[in-house]
Amino acid sequence: MATVPEMKTDLAVNVWRGNSERGGFTTFAVPRHDSQTVLDVVTHIQRYLDPTLSYRYACRVGMCGSCAMTVNGKARWTCRTSVAKVAADGQLEIAPLDNLPVIKDLATDMSGFFDKWARAKGQFKGPLTRHDDFAQVAPASKERLAANAGIECIGCGICYASCDVVTWRADFLGPAALNRAWTLVNDVRDTQQPERLNAVAGDAGCHVCHTQGSCAERCPKQIAPTAGIAGLKRLTARAAMRGEL
Amino acid sequence: MTSAITQARLWYLQRISAMLLALCVLVHLAVMIYAVRGGLSAAEILGRTRGNWFFGGFYAVFVLACAVHVPIGLATIAAEWLGWRGRSAGMAAILCGGLIAGMGLRAVYGVVA
Repeated sequence: MATVPEMKTDLAVNVWRGNSERGGFTTFAVPRHDSQTVLDVVTHIQRYLDPTLSYRYACRVGMCGSCAMTVNGKARWTCRTSVAKVAADGQLEIAPLDNLPVIKDLATDMSGFFDKWARAKGQFKGPLTRHDDFAQVAPASKERLAANAGIECIGCGICYASCDVVTWRADFLGPAALNRAWTLVNDVRDTQQPERLNAVAGDAGCHVCHTQGSCAERCPKQIAPTAGIAGLKRLTARAAMRGEL
Repeated sequence: MTSAITQARLWYLQRISAMLLALCVLVHLAVMIYAVRGGLSAAEILGRTRGNWFFGGFYAVFVLACAVHVPIGLATIAAEWLGWRGRSAGMAAILCGGLIAGMGLRAVYGVVA
């Protein structure tokens, strides 16, 4: 049987139980440890205090993007958030990500989020087959550098949960999908450019972004989706003025 | 015209009008601060503006930039804060633009002519 590690003082942890329609916060006392992450806290609750708690995680090291939750009001990767950093007063509030339907407790339904990636033409389509030689893209080219700036996104949904425009307009594609579109707009091999510009323009697309910057501020990968969205605005506006959209 | 084209063009118009407004507001503030040194009466103002078509042209551009910029922003606020979208919101925004243009240009005409 697993033993509870030695405790120092307890953390008071309010955890969301329920779904989007019904639920409330339940308080748990969790022993405090050195170098403890918020994910450690949630895992402790599930293993030792309430095995019915639902949450999602996989890698525990900031690679998979599945453990994002709202921690003391801000969307964060729980695996890379140190308790010492966010709960100086010994209080933690852990809720599911905003702007996504809650399946149960801390697990959200991400399907709508990823459907928007597809709607923003987030798929790569190249002209070559496996029988052709590799395409050459100069590493220092303007397009390659622009794509590099956004390519490290792992789809955790933190930007999407932090975006007020997504809250106000449920059909807005959101920062992650638009960032993905921007990396592909800058992929010189891709063959769906006109369709993509059309998909990301309009009042569900890049033009409704207010450049408020919560996405860029909260992104754990330090990506600035606002920069990509500004690029999409410029390209689509130029295309619209020429009647090409 | 698809919604995507309309939105992209509206965004472009709002951006261009914002650039004009930034310039107009700065010139307007500077002139105002310069002109009111030591007090200013209505007669003095009219004395300077009457027949000054450069002044009239500048403020006509100012008013038109407002008439383009404001309704686009109001339509966005209506959509996001009130959930008011679609044709009726668009018409209301156009009406606001018309009102701003009409009242503003009338005021400019009033002090220039």
